[in-house]
Amino acid sequence: MTGLTGAYVPGGSILHRLPAGAKLAGLAVSCTALLLLRSPAALAGAAAAVVLLYAVSGVGAAAAWAQVRPVRWFAVALFCVQLVFADLPAAASSTLRVVLAVALAGLVTLTTRTGALMACLERCLTPVRFAGLDPFRLSLLLSLTLRSVPVMADLVTRVRDAQRARGVERSARAFAVPLVVGALRHADALGEALAARGLDD
Amino acid sequence: MTDEQSTPKRRFPAADIARVSVFAALIAVLGLPGALNVFGDAVPITLQTLGVMLAGAILGTWRSALAVTVLLVLVAAGLPLLAGGRGGLGVFTGPSAGFLLGWLPGAALTGWIVERGGRAPGTVRLVAACLAGGVGVVYLCGIPVQALVTGLSLGKTALLSAAFLPGDLAKAALASIVARGTQRAYPDAVPAVHRERLRAGG
Repeated sequence: MTGLTGAYVPGGSILHRLPAGAKLAGLAVSCTALLLLRSPAALAGAAAAVVLLYAVSGVGAAAAWAQVRPVRWFAVALFCVQLVFADLPAAASSTLRVVLAVALAGLVTLTTRTGALMACLERCLTPVRFAGLDPFRLSLLLSLTLRSVPVMADLVTRVRDAQRARGVERSARAFAVPLVVGALRHADALGEALAARGLDD
Repeated sequence: MTDEQSTPKRRFPAADIARVSVFAALIAVLGLPGALNVFGDAVPITLQTLGVMLAGAILGTWRSALAVTVLLVLVAAGLPLLAGGRGGLGVFTGPSAGFLLGWLPGAALTGWIVERGGRAPGTVRLVAACLAGGVGVVYLCGIPVQALVTGLSLGKTALLSAAFLPGDLAKAALASIVARGTQRAYPDAVPAVHRERLRAGG
């Protein structure tokens, strides 16, 4: 894994300066609107709007393509299937709808720092207080998870080495059982360390 | 999901925070070896669903649901934690969004069924739990969302998704074998045993 950073592209456009919450709300509204648009002409208008938004953000074509790239084959397949079962306008509009929704969400990811988005999501999670959960523990949970990703990646490497040493490279069981047991041992030691620091008092 | 068992002395002890975060990270790491993309569909085959089923079988109902939630929140914040380095809000508006969100009730149902098995859930129960939660619920959530996003009919979407069924069935079988092996090697990996220890140890 090449570092745990999001896809954020630094910039000073109006999209970069909008608060994360506003962008998330805008994304929800526009994705709903996309589902409601049926005519190809309306969707073409939406496509023009999305292209305009990308131009305003100034993130560049490479970053934009990286956001849409994961759905490229899906878009092709969907277009062909729709072309067979329906007609050209239906195929074009449903394919466009999928690509535009992904592109819009990608635009929010590209113009918002991970930290700002996390802070916004944590704020959205504050109502859990009424369900008996403590927002501090939730944010600890999120940061501990981020810290655990490299630890688990390291554990995977060690388990693979051990597998090779034992000559059982091909056994999925010889990989997964030690991995899960190792993860549990790590988790329980971590839990004890947290408790020792007075987290449960 | 009912959470009748979620009233220990402390609502969310440090031991649970640690287990939930480590398992969320484990699910993320299982996506690392790289997703096998079947040409023409957007839902990559990964080991991550294996991680979701294992989380359910080992953490129990609400902890596993929380682990999946934490992972999805981090993904939504833009971190590339899904298989193939995917992340960001795009995955929640894309065609496979329902399959991802289905992990949540899926892990919870797996955990719920395993918890009914008491201190020593048998292989049959584990297989049933992984199939119902990790395959049944995930498909039930994923197919309607994919149909809605793509505008294809439910039947055609189900047919497209059937390509993933053999792999998912194999993963459910593997998950139950691994969960059984883990729970033998580390008895505290049984949700009921863990809960008793937390109650007794305080």
